[in-house]
Amino acid sequence: MTAARKLLRRIAPQLITLVAVILLVSLYYPDFYKVVLVNDRLVGIPIDVLKRCAPVALLAIGMTLVIATRGIDLSVGTVMAICGAAAAWSIDQGYGLWGALAIAGAAGLVCGVWNGILVAVLGIQPIVATLILMVAGRGIAQLITNGTILTFDSDAFSYLGSGTLIGVPVPTVIWILTGIAVGLLVRRTALGLLIEAIGVNLRASTLAGINSKVLLIAVYVASGLCAAMAGIIATADIRGADANNAGLWLELDAILAVVIGGNSPLGGRFSIVASLLGALIIQTINTGILLAGFPSEFNLVIKAVLVIVILVLQSPRLMLLQDPVHLPFLRKRAAPTPPAEVRK
Amino acid sequence: MLLSTRDLTKTFPGTKALDAVNFDLKAGEVHALLGENGAGKSTLVKCLTGAYRRDSGDILFDGRPVFPQSTLEAQAIGIGTVYQEVNLLPNLTVAENLTLGHQPRRFGMIRPRAMQALAEEMLQGYGIDIDVRRQLDSCSVAVQQIVAIARAVHLSGRVLILDEPTASLDAREVAMLFDVVRGLRDRGLGIIFISHFLDQVFEISDRLTVLRNGRHIATHPVADLDRMQLITAMLSHELQHTTSHRLQRSADTSGDAIRFTGVGRRGRIAPFDLTVRPGEVIGMAGLLRSGRTESAEVLFGAVSSDSGTVTDARGAVDLHNPRSAIAAGFGFAPEDRKTDGIVAELTVRENIILALQARQGWARPIRYAEQLRIADDYIARLDIRTPDAEKPVGLLSGGNQQKVILARWLATHPRFLILDEPTRGIDIGAHAEILRLIEEVVARGMSILVISSELDELVAVSHRVIVVRDRTHVAELTGADVDSDRILRAIADPHASAEVAA
Amino acid sequence: MMKRTLMASVGALSLCAAAASAQTTVGFSQIGSESGWRAAETTVTMQEAETRGITLQFSDAQQRQENQIAALRSFIAQGVDAILVSPVVATGWDSVLEEAAEAEIPVVLLDRMVDSSPDLYLTAVGSDLVHEGRVAGEWLVEAVAGEPCRVVELQGTTGSSPAIDRKAGFEEGIAGADNIEIVRSQTGDFTRAQGKTVMEAFLQAENGGADICALYAHNDDMAVGAIQAIKEAGLVPGEDILVVSIDAVPDIFQALAAGEANATVELTPNMAGPAFDALAAYFADGTMPEKFIQTESRLFTQADDPQGEYDRHKDLGY
Repeated sequence: MTAARKLLRRIAPQLITLVAVILLVSLYYPDFYKVVLVNDRLVGIPIDVLKRCAPVALLAIGMTLVIATRGIDLSVGTVMAICGAAAAWSIDQGYGLWGALAIAGAAGLVCGVWNGILVAVLGIQPIVATLILMVAGRGIAQLITNGTILTFDSDAFSYLGSGTLIGVPVPTVIWILTGIAVGLLVRRTALGLLIEAIGVNLRASTLAGINSKVLLIAVYVASGLCAAMAGIIATADIRGADANNAGLWLELDAILAVVIGGNSPLGGRFSIVASLLGALIIQTINTGILLAGFPSEFNLVIKAVLVIVILVLQSPRLMLLQDPVHLPFLRKRAAPTPPAEVRK
Repeated sequence: MLLSTRDLTKTFPGTKALDAVNFDLKAGEVHALLGENGAGKSTLVKCLTGAYRRDSGDILFDGRPVFPQSTLEAQAIGIGTVYQEVNLLPNLTVAENLTLGHQPRRFGMIRPRAMQALAEEMLQGYGIDIDVRRQLDSCSVAVQQIVAIARAVHLSGRVLILDEPTASLDAREVAMLFDVVRGLRDRGLGIIFISHFLDQVFEISDRLTVLRNGRHIATHPVADLDRMQLITAMLSHELQHTTSHRLQRSADTSGDAIRFTGVGRRGRIAPFDLTVRPGEVIGMAGLLRSGRTESAEVLFGAVSSDSGTVTDARGAVDLHNPRSAIAAGFGFAPEDRKTDGIVAELTVRENIILALQARQGWARPIRYAEQLRIADDYIARLDIRTPDAEKPVGLLSGGNQQKVILARWLATHPRFLILDEPTRGIDIGAHAEILRLIEEVVARGMSILVISSELDELVAVSHRVIVVRDRTHVAELTGADVDSDRILRAIADPHASAEVAA
Repeated sequence: MMKRTLMASVGALSLCAAAASAQTTVGFSQIGSESGWRAAETTVTMQEAETRGITLQFSDAQQRQENQIAALRSFIAQGVDAILVSPVVATGWDSVLEEAAEAEIPVVLLDRMVDSSPDLYLTAVGSDLVHEGRVAGEWLVEAVAGEPCRVVELQGTTGSSPAIDRKAGFEEGIAGADNIEIVRSQTGDFTRAQGKTVMEAFLQAENGGADICALYAHNDDMAVGAIQAIKEAGLVPGEDILVVSIDAVPDIFQALAAGEANATVELTPNMAGPAFDALAAYFADGTMPEKFIQTESRLFTQADDPQGEYDRHKDLGY
């Protein structure tokens, strides 16, 4: 099987889910597919989805790597707020675009190193280790902004949130390029394999000579940097750093994206593409709810129902979406699925 | 007949795991179930206990057909099982483990005194004297096994299946367990005993049944059979590669030796000296937790030494962690394959190239074609039974997993390979192949340290044998002194060791 | 400690005397500083106390009721002349309010209510959320002057009382005008980011925004986010789409000054001024105030010197 075919097979459930969700939304909003060029920028619901999913997509990239090591990073939403606040503060202090990017990136790096050291060196369980920053970090962000929405005036910085590059929103360009870059980084080098190995069996991997401590710190740093990018986009988007609300609960959406992407929360095999599709699925649902015109009391219920349906359809017990019998175009030969119980 | 199967058949995709198997268990006997890995022992047990649903055939209990759908139903019928890995709750007390699910209650509240009394009553006749209020994981593995047996007997009461119960017990503990098993047999229970240790089979069993490739081969009273006949029944091929082969005792003494001087780790293993010469097999004998594995961990840097030096012809060797040990040309196949060895979800190919890739670093990936070439090469050379290199290694049998780990290290072309219990829990065929492999690589100049509980095996492959007791290297036997009796004496008797060492 | 308790009883006995003197001491238990408005309320309360020559004991409860109750007990023990409190939750105040009543210290609730008997506090100062929405609605009716107008609404956090009341009030305000119709209404969670996101979806859904005549946002932050979305869609906020919101935070005054917003209804951070006035009257001759003092919901438009209002508001801590 070629690599492309393998990838297609891996992400087939997510692709099918995405198509199904889009079809569902377009039942309520038939103009869903309409994309037009207005003032040299593409405008339309699909473009909106591709733009609005940027923060969750970026967080999901880092989260995929962390979850592959059998970890979890609850702090990403808070790190977004910290990095956004740091960026806005830097602009406010006159450090300019590059200064702001450097300072925000450094803040994300420091947060990632902090989490990584707690997990890899001190051996604290990831959920506890990252909870510390999740809770305390928002206070740090509020200190930076003095508890207010710190607004700034910088067209160069705002461009990152609301500008376009040959018609495509800049946040979309950023998350797609980041996804490709990280995807290539882990798959064209041995990083992906080594991350999967420590996720499946940390001790065996260490005994096989993998530098698991450094690798663990690295995935939390990657997550911190992704959160920094997400925070920069969110801040640039509203031209202000909202320490109270930026990235609030987004860590949960990011985890959800990874899980909808079919990545096991128990670590091991991962697919960044599938997680990104998960983020797109979540955002399509979010945007669809806004378009459908239901009273807002139903928003969370609709989202919850759809997510439950998706996860149930993807569950190992049902395997409806994984079963190659349902995907004749992907099937080489009529091989029966392996039994759930494996013969010893 | 207490328990029988008639034409029991179970098919998995691609294989017939059980092919019309007839098996009989009488009340008041210990019946050993033997066969290589993959012969169908586990499948038979799982059908009997309801973990698998059979395709066809009957299971008769007291002559009546039964259809257990789960282990709980099997228990209710009267069939209890104790597995190698004790499946009790380590953080509860002995009493809680024994009575879990049927604790004495009053008004819905558990009565601790009555629970303890019940637990003590359940342990009567098992010859162990422990405080049932102790937490289970503070007890030895043998005691945990006996607790598991007591629970299973209490809940089912007629048939007891023991699946590799002795795998992690030392000799004294095995004797203790066998006393319990004999007691239960005398009370009229039918006991199915599965083990890879033939000595133990001969010691405890009344009858034995051999399975091979899912088929019933033979059932005999143990007294009618000798070791040779039994092994012949278990193996489909000839016996030329069993443990009887003796290695040529001609280690190269001139080459580049690795000298460990005074290395050790406080609380784990007392400082010791060791010189490892090229082409030499060093055996290491001792009871479980005597310091064997601890020595290996220090030698490999898995636990860094807090004293001493390591040198070779080029100078000091850095061994502060496994990475540096691997860089120095060391390899280590640990005792516990599942937790320390295999990376179960990854494929055979990925497991084989893992150490090589880790040594090269993440930035220099081994190309896929090259990975496949290495994997296929070792799959062929070590006769790893897998459909292809892309099968998750966790789905292979124990012996094949062990070969994959050996392949992982051989692929790094180490000069010193440490094998901790390389043949534990694997079938006789794989066993012989692994021993042959040791000879082969040693002939090409590699040095090997083998830790094993099987003394015959150590005698067969080793140039010299180090005996470990109480976290200290107590004796080293070389040349003609390497024989089972001497090793046994050194392990057992503190005075004998001084004699031997002198 | 003994000494303090002693002083407390003395303080309680000489309540009227203390009130007459210039050195009135008032304890103020604030919820925290979770929003810019809350920070401004704290600032204004301090300013109001200072101009009246009142000594203010300030305590920040950091969103925890137990901190607030502890602060109230400490005020009672210190024998302050009166207590201001912005209760973080509505329930669980009976016993500490009874203690204050026993010590004869009047308590004034600021901006939020409690579920206790009204006998246990002197009065409550707050804004009428429904009234705020009504003022915004009435402004819109006047502004469109009978022209047909399709309105989109950005609600506050679903289920919160400001969201429910400001929605109801706005609907009352436009009730008589058949030309005005709310065509889309979704929650923007009171945040700038969600305000922008939801407005983008509204613009998409309403023919690129061409079908939208006005935006009503339950708070200014969402309006500010929505204004950015309108601009990015190539429309002119304040002209192509009228923008009316509630709160009157500094950023909306900037938008008003720039012509990008049209009106805002003030939720005044000055709850303490009316409270101090009521206390002064009570101390002077025992006048019992009404049980609820409603603050003014003042409407600001582009004509109301928005730049000047911005300068006056920006240092209040929003």
